[in-house]
Amino acid sequence: MARSTPEIPNASMADIAFLLLTFFLMTTTVSSDKGLLLFLPPPPEALPPTDVEIQERNLFKIQINSSDKLLIEGEPWVSTNRDLTDKIKVFIMNNGQDPASSDNPEKAIVSLKADRGTTHKMFIEILDAVQAAYHEIYAERAGVTVKDWREISSDPENAQKPEWKQLYDRGRGVRPDGSVEIPMALSIAEPTKAGGS
Amino acid sequence: MPDVVFMLLFFFMVTTKMRETNINVEQRMPQATQLKKLAKKSLVAYLYVGAPKKAEEFGIEPKIQANDVFIETKGIIQWVNSEKAKQDEVDRDAITVSLKVDNAAKRGLIADVETELRRANARKILYSANQRIEKD
Repeated sequence: MARSTPEIPNASMADIAFLLLTFFLMTTTVSSDKGLLLFLPPPPEALPPTDVEIQERNLFKIQINSSDKLLIEGEPWVSTNRDLTDKIKVFIMNNGQDPASSDNPEKAIVSLKADRGTTHKMFIEILDAVQAAYHEIYAERAGVTVKDWREISSDPENAQKPEWKQLYDRGRGVRPDGSVEIPMALSIAEPTKAGGS
Repeated sequence: MPDVVFMLLFFFMVTTKMRETNINVEQRMPQATQLKKLAKKSLVAYLYVGAPKKAEEFGIEPKIQANDVFIETKGIIQWVNSEKAKQDEVDRDAITVSLKVDNAAKRGLIADVETELRRANARKILYSANQRIEKD
């Protein structure tokens, strides 16, 4: 007598698979680690005491107070961040035309000073506007889109494609002696304490 | 049909990475346009800053969280060193600190964190942000 082979019921298979699928769907987090990249200067103790006078014209002053209000070059700012980016671009690429603006891009410094009570949201918005100005200048010089530039510059040392390193150098205007024509000179000052926090 | 479901199932099983840390602080990321992606994920250390989720226990002042525990600004150098020790020797100074900071956190605290990171020689940082959708 032939014995029928025992079978595993498989009607519920799809159900079980769906259950597991739902579980993994819900627990998965798409790890997106994106943000504004920044290089901090050496620690305050290690910096040599300098008395280098930076000319007023080469400094683009951005101040944010504890209620997130902006002061650009000493004037209250009421316009949009886009306008701020354009203003910074004009300042950097002035090349001595306007006597009140920067001498050349190498000397131009954007100074960002916040208060201890400034919210992080506001700070990031302004930092974003400053970086946008530099990225747009670089991208234009390298002949790529701003989006591509950000990809190129996110890790220039270990570039994914060999031509990226060249583009990166062209965008920033690296001279044969290694100095850079347009360094991203962003100075983030120690926050003020006026807001009391 | 079950084949398709199984395929999806395997896909998610393989790609899922369980989060090791429970984030105990508020995390509403700011929006920005000039985002950059980090190339080497293994070289990234995370700091979370924001108001504690359990306000009744930890108060409402923003705190710094590293690996499941709250740390003070003074403890950052030690934390950076322990994170660096996890990496290969050649990569130690290439470490990136990803700061996941809540919108409402104040600049004062973040500036203190920055100063400590500078002292700890972890000077490449990333302020985590979401892509801003342009409206025009």
